[in-house]
Amino acid sequence: MARRRMIQAINEALAEEMARDPRVILFGEDVEISIMGDTRGLHATFGPDRVRNTPICETVMTGMAVGAAAAGYRPICHMMYGNFLYTGMDAIANQAAKLRYMTGGQIKLPLVYMGVFGAGRSSAAQHSDAMHPVFMNLGGIKVVLPASPADAKGLLKSAIRDDNPVIFLQAAGRGGEAGEVPEEEYTIPLGVAEVKRPGRDVTLVAIGAMVRPALRAAEALAGEGVAVEVIDPRTLMPLDAETIVASVRRTGRLVVVDEARDTCSAASHIVAVATEGAWGALKAAPRRVTVPDVAIPYSPPLEKALLPDPERIAAAVRATLER
Amino acid sequence: MRTPSAINLSAEDLLALYRRMLLIRRIEERLGEDFKRGDLPGPVHLYIGEEAVATGVCAHLTDADWIASTHRGHGHFLAKGGDPRLLVAEVYGRAGGVCRGMGGSMHVADFSKGILGANGIVGGGIALAVGAALAAQLDRKGAVSVAFFGDGAANQGVLMEALNVSALWKLPLVLVCENNGFSEFSPTATVTVGAIADRAKPFGVPSAAVDGNDVIAVWQAADAAVRRARAGEGPTLIECRTYRLRGHVESEASFLAGSYRNDEEVAAWAKRDPIARLAGYLDEHGLAPASAREAIEAEIAAAVADAVAFATESPYPPADQARQFMFA
Repeated sequence: MARRRMIQAINEALAEEMARDPRVILFGEDVEISIMGDTRGLHATFGPDRVRNTPICETVMTGMAVGAAAAGYRPICHMMYGNFLYTGMDAIANQAAKLRYMTGGQIKLPLVYMGVFGAGRSSAAQHSDAMHPVFMNLGGIKVVLPASPADAKGLLKSAIRDDNPVIFLQAAGRGGEAGEVPEEEYTIPLGVAEVKRPGRDVTLVAIGAMVRPALRAAEALAGEGVAVEVIDPRTLMPLDAETIVASVRRTGRLVVVDEARDTCSAASHIVAVATEGAWGALKAAPRRVTVPDVAIPYSPPLEKALLPDPERIAAAVRATLER
Repeated sequence: MRTPSAINLSAEDLLALYRRMLLIRRIEERLGEDFKRGDLPGPVHLYIGEEAVATGVCAHLTDADWIASTHRGHGHFLAKGGDPRLLVAEVYGRAGGVCRGMGGSMHVADFSKGILGANGIVGGGIALAVGAALAAQLDRKGAVSVAFFGDGAANQGVLMEALNVSALWKLPLVLVCENNGFSEFSPTATVTVGAIADRAKPFGVPSAAVDGNDVIAVWQAADAAVRRARAGEGPTLIECRTYRLRGHVESEASFLAGSYRNDEEVAAWAKRDPIARLAGYLDEHGLAPASAREAIEAEIAAAVADAVAFATESPYPPADQARQFMFA
């Protein structure tokens, strides 16, 4: 194992996959200088053909990725901030998500849109969305949200090798977070959840940056004699419903923590899926810990007030234990 | 038009252009009738009157080159070598269609022939063509990518982005604007300012405005643009000024309260029909006897009948196919 920051783990994944497959190309705004550090050094290593700064032009960038993938490459389109995916939405929603389907499965579209997402850094409303639910609902796009450096590396490698469009969203506030990363070659399959902490009393599903506060809440609750099982889905489309439903069938209680706005959040979908799949075993109404249906504010105390934290998560877990 | 000695096209080349335009015309006339009879499940946007554009451009391309097309895409599909049987069966919504009935008229594609597909989003194909041009540049095999789009799409911001990045990177891209006079139901002049060809100028991209109903003029402009792209000199914009003789969509009479153009205008453009014009050129210069054109007409009539028979004999796809193909 090696100690790596999230951003370093992503950088390693990109470098390893570009070295492994000459069809992998990378383009995006400022990928050469890399303001976040995740693409740093790649231009020098792989050259200007395969690593290109683009103008600020999300509409053509997202579509270019589709065309290059259809023509045989495996493009990685770096969007910088996930919010800019909205700017390039036509090619994502109308082309990437549908081209294979509407042409009767004639082609594969191996491409990755990557960017950072989420709040916590006073970046304000247009740079802080947790936009994964939008993309979960498109169909035809896989949605991956890693919660640790090791997961980020293994999942991104799988995303690049996947023959479908993948949106890879890394929590903006967690790029510097360090963790143990295997030194040997490895990948983590898309669509497989991880049980981060086993427990028999309550199932706590946490997405992306919410895994850490969820684990803290679980630790605090353990002191109260409550055994919380923390599950990180890691991939939201496709969702490993089986692992989540199996856990809820055992615990009978479910809390889902999601940094997305409440309406149609990933938490809403997971609660629906688990309720249908484990209805007979439920001992309490499942609960969601999400962000209210407002934009993300700038001022730190305002932003903090909206985001799920260990206290709110623990309170939701306790609420499922009250009869 | 120029004299035969001044153009780089033999009588055989010209007859090939004639054959391709006529194939597009006759297939689409048949689809128009089929729509009227209620035989087609969805809307069709016919290319009738604009055949010279796809034909004159695609004559320079091989299966290794890419095209991205529009919602009015049957002509591009056929001009790039798409199979009429697979096209008609697709528009019929049948399992034997080129997209197995998943896409229909607005999504006909054949990647094995470099056809990235018709596209239901106005301007949606432009960025795809830029991506294919990037792939072609990286492959270094001299392939080019052509984006066909209408005057309506010329008002989409993606055109500016495409001009900028393709000029910056010298991508092997040809941008072909089919200015057919209408953005759906709005006359182009009411929604567009300036000449579309001029939109390339600030980017230093060569551009030309040509008579889009003159297949020789289109062929010549495309010849220069494709050569330039293959040589690694970057993109070109060609504005082909043409006219949509049919409606925006075949069903429009059923929902339009009034008319957005007059019969005199349509009649005037019908006199400039690209197929009749090429026939006139062949006659005027004695390049092909009438019998040659009659033989082509008969051959195409048989091809149309064959394509329709193939389509009607093909079954509808099984219902469970609706859940397939989302992911590879």
